[in-house]
Amino acid sequence: MKRFWAWAAIVVAAVYFFLPLLGMLEFSLKMRRGEYSLDAYASVMGDPQFQASFGYSVIMAGLTIVFGVLIVVPTVFWVRLKLPRLRPVMEFVTLLPLVIPPIVIVFGYVRLFNTSSWLPLTGSALGTDFLLLCGYAVLSLPYMYRAVDTGLAAIDLRTLTEAAQSLGAGWFTVLARVILPNVLVAVLSGAFLTFAIVIGEYVFAALLDRPAFGPYLVWAGGNKAYEPAALAVMTFALTWGCMALIQGVTRFSKHTRMSR
Amino acid sequence: MTSSRLWRALPWNGLGVLPFVLFAVLFLLLPTAHIVAGAFMDAAGGFTLKNICNLFKPEIINAFWLSIRLSLTSAVIGCGIGFAIALAVVFGGLPRALRGVVMTFSGVTSNFAGVPLAFAYVATLGRVGFVTVLLRDWFGVNLYALGFNMISFWGLTAAYVFFQIPLMVLIITPAIDGLRREWREAAEVLGASNAQYWRLVALPVLAPSLLGTLALLFANAFGAVATAIALTGSLLSIAPILLFNQIRGDVLGDPHLGYALAFAMIVITGVSNGVYVVMRARAERWLK
Repeated sequence: MKRFWAWAAIVVAAVYFFLPLLGMLEFSLKMRRGEYSLDAYASVMGDPQFQASFGYSVIMAGLTIVFGVLIVVPTVFWVRLKLPRLRPVMEFVTLLPLVIPPIVIVFGYVRLFNTSSWLPLTGSALGTDFLLLCGYAVLSLPYMYRAVDTGLAAIDLRTLTEAAQSLGAGWFTVLARVILPNVLVAVLSGAFLTFAIVIGEYVFAALLDRPAFGPYLVWAGGNKAYEPAALAVMTFALTWGCMALIQGVTRFSKHTRMSR
Repeated sequence: MTSSRLWRALPWNGLGVLPFVLFAVLFLLLPTAHIVAGAFMDAAGGFTLKNICNLFKPEIINAFWLSIRLSLTSAVIGCGIGFAIALAVVFGGLPRALRGVVMTFSGVTSNFAGVPLAFAYVATLGRVGFVTVLLRDWFGVNLYALGFNMISFWGLTAAYVFFQIPLMVLIITPAIDGLRREWREAAEVLGASNAQYWRLVALPVLAPSLLGTLALLFANAFGAVATAIALTGSLLSIAPILLFNQIRGDVLGDPHLGYALAFAMIVITGVSNGVYVVMRARAERWLK
């Protein structure tokens, strides 16, 4: 009886979740009248605006990952090694982006960094790009911090650092050649999650008026019929890809750790 | 001597976290503080409570009320269904492999929110959507003739539930795992029925986790903007969309009222996240 209800719950949930996915897949194939075709995908791929906005978001995601890693890894390392008292503070600050709605944070950006302020970042395209990059880094901070923190908790930080230092390594060498390789798996899972978050992000890009993939999606949603479904399928596949990569690297790390 | 002691007493170790502190202050704390401060300032920069009072206009109150109902409804439904799925996965005697599939799938779908979710939803329940057509052609049911509308309370709720359920599954499954077999055995030895075990042991232990996650799901829905905008084209007046339009073009005609609006949103998500943190601390007492 219990097993029946368990199966019932899973099946109902599966139907609820697969119907929209199936719906968007079916709809994306319907562009040509009377038969299924990949026309919508071809139309999306051939759209120069798609190429430009998607490329922009991919680059932004890559830069966000690099920027996030550069900010988070040394900080978590330093706090764990020298300032363990600060850990609760770090926990709190890195949780804030989940508490404060993103739209409020970007509202603050628009007002704080406008052209008449002390730091007029929104005055130029490059400045706004940098602001968007920082915004994305803030959005991904909770995930990146937790991933790296868990990764560093699993290794003997002090011994590794002291061993490297007694062999003559400076702080940079310690971080780049000893610590980073040891937490690479954690950093990678944080990175893939960041990618999944940044690639379709809408509110920051729209309100900072940058030509990212999210605003393009909304524009396509209002102006095209079949392409939005194709875009949704592609984004879904991309999200799957990121999650699969996270699982992949985690499994890989377990494997290497066992064989050691 | 004294100067070198002073030199050494300076918090040099703090320098290591300087880049992070600078980053967090500039791009997280200061912008938020600017908004909060602006909510309590008049145009000349003096202190005032007028902006907060102005929030109690019907159009703003209605937007917040709609947002709160929408977030609460989707959170309660997400909580209920997510809990059922998690129970089925942990206790249902299902094949072990299914658990991994459900967890991975939840990880993907909880991240599949925003604009693409709205598209998937339109392709399914829109006027020529998959399910709409299926119901019409196979069962002769016309959803739209029955008064269904995607740009409505229930339409948006159904879309939100799509990312609420997986989040619930991800958070509550570890909590259910924490229920010890010994507790059930102890209850059975003392003569408790299955229902009594759940009512008197399992649910009280799980209650903080359930309530905390409910609060988290509420905050999660309350701050969501992209799905609603892509779905309704900023037509439905919920609090985040009102703020979005205000940032774009000062639709309220009063910049400081915009600050107050944002401040009210922080208060609501802040309180519900606070509930989550307190409840999680309580849950950990039992589950460790």
